[in-house]
Amino acid sequence: MSLLSIRNFSVSIENKEILHDLSMEVEADTLTVVMGKNGTGKSTLAYALMGHPAYKVPSGEAIFNGEPIVGMAADKIAKMGMFLGFQQPVEVPGVTVVKFLQTATRALNGGELNYDIFQEELLTVLEKLGIDQSFLYRYLNDGFSGGEKKRLEILQLLMLKPKLAILDEPDSGLDVDAMKVVAEGINMARKNGTAILLITHYKRLLNYLNPDRVIVLADGTLARDGGMELADKIESDGYDFLTSRIS
Amino acid sequence: MKDNFTTINEDYKYGFSNPEDYLYKAPAGLNEDVVRAISAMKHEPEWMLEFRLKSYKKFMEMPMPWWGNQEIINAIDFSKIHYFVKAKGGTTWDDVPTDIKDTFEKLGIPEAERKFLGGVTAQYESEVVYHSMKKEFADQGIVFLDMDSALKEYPELVKRYFGTVIPFTDNKFAALNSAVWSGGSFIYVPKGTRVDTPLQAYFRINAKNMGQFERTLIIADEASDVHYIEGCTAPSYSADSLHAAVVELVALDGAKIRYSTIQNWSNNVLNLVTKRAAAYRNAVVEWVDGNIGSKLTMKYPAVLLKGEGAHGEILTVAMAGNGQHQDSGAKVFHLASNTTSRIISKSISKGKGRASYRGWVKTIPGAENCVSDVRCDALMFGDESRSDTYPRMEIYEPSTKLTHEATVSRVQDDQLFYLMNRGLSETEASSLIVNGFLEPFTKELPMEYAVELNRLVALEMDGSIG
Ligand SMILES: Nc1ncnc2c1ncn2[C@@H]1O[C@H](COP(=O)(O)OP(=O)(O)OP(=O)(O)O)[C@@H](O)[C@H]1O
Ligand SMILES: [Mg+2]
Repeated sequence: MSLLSIRNFSVSIENKEILHDLSMEVEADTLTVVMGKNGTGKSTLAYALMGHPAYKVPSGEAIFNGEPIVGMAADKIAKMGMFLGFQQPVEVPGVTVVKFLQTATRALNGGELNYDIFQEELLTVLEKLGIDQSFLYRYLNDGFSGGEKKRLEILQLLMLKPKLAILDEPDSGLDVDAMKVVAEGINMARKNGTAILLITHYKRLLNYLNPDRVIVLADGTLARDGGMELADKIESDGYDFLTSRIS
Repeated sequence: MKDNFTTINEDYKYGFSNPEDYLYKAPAGLNEDVVRAISAMKHEPEWMLEFRLKSYKKFMEMPMPWWGNQEIINAIDFSKIHYFVKAKGGTTWDDVPTDIKDTFEKLGIPEAERKFLGGVTAQYESEVVYHSMKKEFADQGIVFLDMDSALKEYPELVKRYFGTVIPFTDNKFAALNSAVWSGGSFIYVPKGTRVDTPLQAYFRINAKNMGQFERTLIIADEASDVHYIEGCTAPSYSADSLHAAVVELVALDGAKIRYSTIQNWSNNVLNLVTKRAAAYRNAVVEWVDGNIGSKLTMKYPAVLLKGEGAHGEILTVAMAGNGQHQDSGAKVFHLASNTTSRIISKSISKGKGRASYRGWVKTIPGAENCVSDVRCDALMFGDESRSDTYPRMEIYEPSTKLTHEATVSRVQDDQLFYLMNRGLSETEASSLIVNGFLEPFTKELPMEYAVELNRLVALEMDGSIG
C-alpha cells in the first residue's frame, strides 16, 4: 500500500477547476519531485491535500496511510502525519517561535510535551541548520527575510517529524549557502523516515538530494512521470517539450 | 473558514448562581427613601448622606451619555433594579456563609491570596463579605479596607479625597454611583512606603436584577508605590444586571499606582464604569484594563496629569464576542509641563461582536513639552464582527509631541490554516493568534493573571469544527 494514493483527483477554487483527474502514488521513504510551469496547480495540489477549506475537491479521492482525507480538517490531517512546508509562510505576530514549536509539538503528540526531550532536539536541530538561538524568541515569521522563513519551515519539518512532507518551493529566493542548509535539512528529514513530495522549479536543490522520481504537471494534471532526466530536460529546454510532438 | 465560535454564555465558567439568602434586599426602584435607607443602614456621617442626596438629584436630572451604545443604555429600566442587597458576611474566612465561601473558592479566592497577594477583599452583592491583609503591611501604616469601613475608621482621609477626582456631576452613571454606592476598596499608602505584593479585590454579583455600585478610592502618598488588582464575575441570568462603579486614584508627588483589572462579567451585565486618576508631580499611574465579559462595557480609564513630570500609562484590552459591545478606551489630560503618556489599546471582535475604541488626549496651553503616544490595534474574526475607533485629540499647546497609530487586521484563513497545518485545532489556532496579538498587554500582568487571561481567551475562542 502506498503512503499516499491520489485517484482521479480534481480541485477547484472559487468554482474554477484547477486540477483535473490527477492520479499518482507516493511511496513511503521516497523523495518525489514535482515540477511544472507557474500556475499549473502545484501549490493547489498541496493545499487541497492538506485540507485548506477554500480548495474544493469535486471528484476523486486521496488516501493517506490507508485513510481517505478529502473533507478532513487540516489539523486532523496534520495529526495523521502530513506536513506542508509553505511556499509563503504566514506571519503570526506576538507568538514566539519557541512557543509555537512547543504548542505544535504538544498538539501532534496527544497533548503531551516532554520539555527535556524537546529542548535537546531543538538545540540539535538549530545547530545542524546553523540557526541562532535568538531566533526562538522572535515572533513567528514576523519580519523574517524570505530565506529565514524557509529555514524555519525546515526547522519545523525536523522537529515535527511527519510521515509525509510536501515542501512547496523550499528553495525559492535562497542564496547558495542557505540552499545547502535546506538540502541538508531535507536529507535529515529523510533519515527521520519522512517521505518527501518536493515542489521546485530548479535543478539546483536536486543536485544535493537523491530524488527517486520526478513528475511534471501541466494544464492541471500529470504530464510526465520519470527520473532526473526530466529535471535535466526542463533545466536546459524549458517546458516546451511537453507540447512539442517530437519529444 | 466559517465562524462557529460559541457564545460566552454557553461556556461561561462563572455562570453558576447561589440561592438568594439575604439579610436585606432593598425593593426595586430608586427614590430618595432608598438613598436615605442605604445611608442609615450604614450609620454614615451627615456629609455623606448629603453627598448622596445631591448626587441622586443630579442623577435624575442628567441626560444619558451621548457616547457608547445608545440603544442599550436608553433601554435601562431603573425602576426594576435593586440598588442595595446585603449578604451575610464575616470577618474571618470561617465566618463567611458556606454558599458564599463556595462561590469564592470556585473562583480561586482566597486561594490566590495564599499564593501571592498582600491582601484581599471579596465583595458579594453590595458589601464586602471578607477581607484580610498581611500583618506587616498593617504595621507599616498601610490602610486597605472596604469603603464602608474606611468611612468609619478614617473619616477625615475619606472626606478629603472622596469625589475629588470624579465629581458626582461627571456623568449620569457616576452620579448614580455617588447616590447609592456601597462597598468597594479604600487604600492609603503612607509616604515613601512600597507595597511589594499586589492588593486585590474580587467583585461578585449573585442576585437577579441587581445593581452593584462599588466605590474605590486609592491614595498613594508621596513617593509610595502600590499595585491593586480587581476581578469581577456574575452568574448568567436572562435579565440584565447593572454594574456602575466609580474608581478614583490619587498619586501624590513621586508616587506610583498600578491598577489592573480583568473584567469577566457574564453576558447580561451592563458594565458602565468611571475610572480616573490624578497624578501629581513626577507621579506615575498605570491602568491595565482587560474587558472580556459583559453585554456592554463603557469604560475609559483616565489620567489627569496635574503635576510636572507626571506619567500616565493606559493599557486596555477588549474582547467582544457574539452579542457583546465593548466600548472602551482611554483618556489623558496633560495639565502640566513635561508630562508624558502612553496609551495602548487592543481589541478583538468576533461573531457579531463589536469593539469600539474611544480615546481622548488633551494638552492645555502652557503645559509645555508634553509627549503622548497612542496606539490602537484591532483584530477581527469572520466578516460580521465590527470595530470602530473614535480618537479625539485636543492639542492646545504647540510644543506637544503626539503620535497616533492605529491598525485593523482581520484574521486570515491562511493564518489559521498555517497553524492548523501544524496540528493545532481551529480553537487552538485562534487562541494562539489572539494571545500573540495581546502579548504587549499580558506581559504587563503578574504571571498568575497572564495565565488566567490566556485561559479566558482560550475559553472565549472555543468552538468546534463542523
Ligand atoms: N486563492 C486563489 N484564488 C483564485 N485563484 C487561485 C487561488 N489560488 C490559486 N489560484 C489559481 O490557480 C492556478 C494554480 O495556482 P498554483 O498556485 O497552484 O500554481 P503553482 O503551480 O503553484 O504556481 P507557481 O509555480 O507560480 O507557484 C493559478 O491560475 C492561480 O491563479
Ligand atoms: Mg506554487
